[in-house]
Amino acid sequence: MIDWGWMGDHVDELASRLVQHLYLALIALTVGFVISFGLAILAVRRRRLYPPVTAVAGILYTIPSLAMFAALVPITGLSLLTAEVPLILYTLLIFVRNIVAGFDAVPAEVIEAADGMGYPRGLRMWRVELPLAVPLIVAGVRVASVSTIGLVTVSGAIGDRFGGLGFFIFEGYRRGFPTEILFGAVPAMVLAVVVDLVLVAVQRRATPWSQPVGAAVQGDSVTSRAVASV
Amino acid sequence: MTATEAGGHAATVEFDHVTKVYGAQAPKRGTPGAVNDLSLTVAAGRICVLVGPSGCGKTTSLKMVNRLIEPTSGRILLDGVDAATRDVTDLRRGIGYVIQQTGLFPHQTIGDNVATVPRLLGWPKQRQRERSEELLALIGLEPTTYAGRYPAQLSGGERQRVGVARALAADPPIMLMDEPFGAVDPIVREHLQNEFLRIQEQLARTILFVTHDIDEAIKMGDVVAVFRGGGVVEQFGPPAEILAAPASEFVARFVGADRGLKRLSLMRVNDLSLEPAVTAHVGDDGAEARRRVRADPFQYLLLLDASHRPIGWIDQNHVPASGPLHADLVDSTSPLLDRRTTLKDALSMLLDDLVQAGVVVDHQGAYRGLVTIEAVMARMRDTAVEPEFPATAPEVDDQAVAATSATSTASRP
Repeated sequence: MIDWGWMGDHVDELASRLVQHLYLALIALTVGFVISFGLAILAVRRRRLYPPVTAVAGILYTIPSLAMFAALVPITGLSLLTAEVPLILYTLLIFVRNIVAGFDAVPAEVIEAADGMGYPRGLRMWRVELPLAVPLIVAGVRVASVSTIGLVTVSGAIGDRFGGLGFFIFEGYRRGFPTEILFGAVPAMVLAVVVDLVLVAVQRRATPWSQPVGAAVQGDSVTSRAVASV
Repeated sequence: MTATEAGGHAATVEFDHVTKVYGAQAPKRGTPGAVNDLSLTVAAGRICVLVGPSGCGKTTSLKMVNRLIEPTSGRILLDGVDAATRDVTDLRRGIGYVIQQTGLFPHQTIGDNVATVPRLLGWPKQRQRERSEELLALIGLEPTTYAGRYPAQLSGGERQRVGVARALAADPPIMLMDEPFGAVDPIVREHLQNEFLRIQEQLARTILFVTHDIDEAIKMGDVVAVFRGGGVVEQFGPPAEILAAPASEFVARFVGADRGLKRLSLMRVNDLSLEPAVTAHVGDDGAEARRRVRADPFQYLLLLDASHRPIGWIDQNHVPASGPLHADLVDSTSPLLDRRTTLKDALSMLLDDLVQAGVVVDHQGAYRGLVTIEAVMARMRDTAVEPEFPATAPEVDDQAVAATSATSTASRP
């Protein structure tokens, strides 16, 4: 059923496709995050912008991915842009919602205390609100990463030059060769899980304050609240 | 303690015809939080308590001082300078601010939380750290233990104390405290109040203190402003005056029918001459202690640890005739009182624990003497005054009930 020998022969290709996969996902996630962060800050500051921003991002999110790649080919050709634009657009809804939720989760009394002690607004945002929004922002990054790593495979539809591990899936399907489909699909899944675990570790390190440390804090209501909000 | 040497001074706070109306289009006087033509002056170095039912405008008044809320009209003068003319962040950095939920930054250590305003003011790192440690020591939290912890790792009472330390960090001449001890249980609150009064004795800042609890107002205030709904001050004066001569029926009702009991909040354990207990330390010879306790009319021996902190009582019959005393011999304990504990709280603790005497300790927990229910009652009798504002009929009943229960328990031992 599975052709192990074929797999062994294609390990080098697997490595290069894996690198491409990560590269495509990373560009999409980075650009998507930067755009979303700007939109989210705008929405946090001007609340009435939040519904239209999420509405547009939500509509984009409903477009079937295969259709979006196909629709872009006449416009941007078989370029990197064609692969990245859909990947980026799909991250927006997840990122914007989570970043806004992160800022919303900052306790009102913390903001009041910051104002009362004389924090200027911008400084308050960077030094007080942003760090406290990190748990929910990272939660968004995790969801977006897993979904983007999955979607990168679909970009294989626009040609051999893209798709990362999805290349093997399309090839295997075309040739009716299940081994090759698995050769692309299983590493893509493993990659998603590994990236997710790495992000969990990153969040632990970035927010030492949100985890109970030592037995002394067991059962403390505020600790459990902070953990629950993660 | 170098906090007083840090150069701070107190400032006067003057409300000059301050009004806050919500809803600019259709101003309504009755809106919760509104303030109507408030004029009052708080002398430098005093605690002024703003007290009243919820929505009466007391918190609004407080927040207009650091301009978290801007007045609709009128001025607030700090040492004669109109707060509205000052740069708002400068103004706020010069005013300590403590709120009920503490508002500590969860992502910063206790040390960094306390150093917030010094950091905003750009103090050198070293000086920030020293100041933070000095303040933690002042509020009784060991800096080496606490400075590196996060707020979630502290108890509610500890967090409230850190909130006070943070407000004191840049040595502000004025402190605003909005129900600062409201979120903790009564015993912790009593302790925090005493501790804060001890700190204020050293620092003598001008403090505006908001509470809805009349007992807290009477205990903490040098002066008390009783607010009625709509931000109208019904009475402004020292607590004793408010209890003895309520200016209106509203004040009389708000103060409550049990003014006799409330007057107990005006007096502190400090006002009583403490009675001595027969004491012995862990490790002392039992025979000698037994001889002393048997010679005393009070039949219990108070056992202290090496730092003179009370461990508990030993019945005279359980004191060993020979050998050293140890903590396992203790039969019972008494509530611990501070010299700033009000007689009302002291009496309440004695009645709650059904004991004859409370043990008075200093702020390090060392034994100072005893307070008995008889001593509290004797003090009450000495200072009794007739209520000047006529109470209405149902309130008279309350008063009668309160008086009866106090007398019956007092006669119990």
